[in-house]
Amino acid sequence: MAYNLKEEMNKEERFHSGHRLCAGCGAGIVCRAMMRAVDPDDKAVICNATGCLEVSSFQYPYTAWEDSYIHTAFENASATASGVEAAYKVMQRKGVIPEDRHVKILAIGGDGGTYDIGFQSLSGAFERGHDFTYFCYDNNAYMNTGTQRSSATPRFASATTTPSGVESVGKKQVQKDLTQIMVAHGSPYVAQTTLFGTMKDFHEKAHRAIYTEGPTFVNVLTPCPRGWQYPADELIDICKAAIDTCIWPLYEVVNGEYRLTYEPKKKLPVEEFMSKQGRFKHCFKPGNEWTIEAAQEYVDRKWEDLLNKCK
Amino acid sequence: MITRAEEINEKIAWQDLTTGCEIYEPGTSRLTKTGEWRVRTPEWIEEKCKQCLLCAPFCPDSSIPVKDGKRGEFDYEHCKGCGICIKACPFNAISWKES
Amino acid sequence: MSIRERMSGNEAIATAMRQIDPDVFAMFPITPSTEIPQYFAQYVADGKVNTEFICVESEHSSLSACLGAEAAGCRAVTATSSAGLSYMNEVLYVAGSLRLPVVLAVACRALTGPININHDYSDSLAARDSGFIQLYAENNQEVYDNYLMAHRIAEHPDVRLPLMVCEDGFITSHAIENIELEEDAQVKAFVGEYHPEHYLLKEENPLAVGPYGVSGYYMEARVAQAQAMINAKQVILDVAADFAKTFGRSYGFFESYRMEDAEIAMVIMGSSAGTAKACVDALRAEGVKAGLVKLRVFRPFPGEELAAALQHCKAVAIMDKSEGFSSMGGPLFAETAGAVLNLEHHPRMIDIVYGLGGRDFTVEAARSVYGRLAGIAAGGDLGPVYTHMGQREK
Repeated sequence: MAYNLKEEMNKEERFHSGHRLCAGCGAGIVCRAMMRAVDPDDKAVICNATGCLEVSSFQYPYTAWEDSYIHTAFENASATASGVEAAYKVMQRKGVIPEDRHVKILAIGGDGGTYDIGFQSLSGAFERGHDFTYFCYDNNAYMNTGTQRSSATPRFASATTTPSGVESVGKKQVQKDLTQIMVAHGSPYVAQTTLFGTMKDFHEKAHRAIYTEGPTFVNVLTPCPRGWQYPADELIDICKAAIDTCIWPLYEVVNGEYRLTYEPKKKLPVEEFMSKQGRFKHCFKPGNEWTIEAAQEYVDRKWEDLLNKCK
Repeated sequence: MITRAEEINEKIAWQDLTTGCEIYEPGTSRLTKTGEWRVRTPEWIEEKCKQCLLCAPFCPDSSIPVKDGKRGEFDYEHCKGCGICIKACPFNAISWKES
Repeated sequence: MSIRERMSGNEAIATAMRQIDPDVFAMFPITPSTEIPQYFAQYVADGKVNTEFICVESEHSSLSACLGAEAAGCRAVTATSSAGLSYMNEVLYVAGSLRLPVVLAVACRALTGPININHDYSDSLAARDSGFIQLYAENNQEVYDNYLMAHRIAEHPDVRLPLMVCEDGFITSHAIENIELEEDAQVKAFVGEYHPEHYLLKEENPLAVGPYGVSGYYMEARVAQAQAMINAKQVILDVAADFAKTFGRSYGFFESYRMEDAEIAMVIMGSSAGTAKACVDALRAEGVKAGLVKLRVFRPFPGEELAAALQHCKAVAIMDKSEGFSSMGGPLFAETAGAVLNLEHHPRMIDIVYGLGGRDFTVEAARSVYGRLAGIAAGGDLGPVYTHMGQREK
């Protein structure tokens, strides 16, 4: 069914106001859109890794979630979801839950809880093939503890554990390509998206992921105004710059087949993304021009790789 | 045990907490009025609004209510004033309120 | 009618699990508990259970999956040992605080290092303050019986706490002994079905589990959890009483062995108690007033009851099969010392750390302990309060 923003926005809200995420936090937008992608007649169980979202969306006695929700720890959202999914299966088999009652099992974590500490349980759950969808709201660092670098932090970003200085130009390593690692797990549906436009790209991918049987993965580049150091109202511009520079290409992989879902009319230079954020400020200082060149070179290579995969 | 979130507060005794601090209702966060955090306030200029709804999905705080395909007034009890909606609007139908 | 069989502790646990037919079993292998999920996998393969059996990638995940399943409305179980229990440690505390009554079988084994696969209580006793109820057993019969009682204790509305059924690695887990099993139907009837009031998959209303708790709630939440552990004492006795009525075998917090007029006694746990009992019998034949207390329930710790059992003794040795590195004794000693503190006259007490990493405990070793106690009881020197036994030394 074609995406219709009006119809989407008419849906009952399933991620409510009153949560304690920072003003302008992308994670709130992600959660609302994720829950719109669950059909209104279906229920969901959300398994959340420890992080900003967890401490903000369920602070006793206030839950922002319309659906059932469980948080147990930082590194185990996928394992917890595995248990919920196993329970759902056995309860259906034993007739406790009628066959025609659909419950969608969703896991969500930040990049710390997904790329790093939660990676083992994520990988295990995907290998086992549980029927659930994992959403990563990738804000490129450990934001809940104050912007420490993670394996999702891009090269040259200044984080509190990779600060720029006389001897440093920020993080030394490139971002781990988790999306492709999840493709390598043989998942039937893996996608990258972010927050822009009518949210069509996000919605279609999220819906496809949720309604594909098996373990599916949606990686969402999710700006954090505090950690990335930009004025909160610029979120959409930053997401747009990420996709137009091809720093965060939009694509999906269905049963191993790559498909580009967005190709910029004109591929913009990486400065368009980096210059909007304080975390890359040092890259624009005289003498550090090479960082931008290196960042550009890396993005170009990755983009070419992706285009080849999408052929 | 007190099970309704609106009756649970930091004055109740330990015997009244829910077992394992569970909550049995949806969306109790709405009881938290995060509008108090707001430093700047967005203003909806209804006459300029084309009801394209491009603002609505971008509100991280679910504070742009939509009913029957049309947005309504901001939920100022919860809007934190991030301003994303202002930039999302192609018609300048949202602007910062003069303080 | 009971069924006479011969089997190991691991098989006894797996048999109890098969009879109970839990909804979800999340497993990860580790010696010596591995046989439990292996037996169970065969039950799954042979269609003898209706369990969702998942082979996860770590112990951290096995317990995490159990929490997800339990919160979702299911009976969930797992098994582990040693480093596996340590790796679960974070999740143990989560299970307790979320009040999710998962049942965890532990084949108790030494912790590294050096790495060692044999028995002591380094693993389970390191987890004593995690919020789990802990039941210990002398032999495979007790392991089986404890397992049959486990779900009812853990799931009781006044309790709602996770529970460890502990057996001695290899000694109990692998040694084949006679056992009386109960009929499947009778076990099912005794254990009953699990119908939690609230669960994630309930249709009528959502459930939110595992919040952030600010200081304004944390203290209250912990007191409520502590009260649940206190409540567990009565529930353990009630379930044991029903068990005795149903199956004819009786259990309390501990077993008092020839304690009525004992002047010297040991407090001991698990399979070593069998060895020590043989020594008590021999000493009694010689006219020595020796006795023994075998602790079955470590959490909740039956402090008052234990103090009452020991109060008439002159000297007591606490036998710690784990080293706490406190420099003043093991965990069982600390707990027992705390329990007798407010007695008007309490026995003189020493701690003996023994049997680490599978080091043998013999009747002769037990006799040497009673010998030392007899000296103390006769008014001799207490000597060092904290000593190790069974190690080579200069």
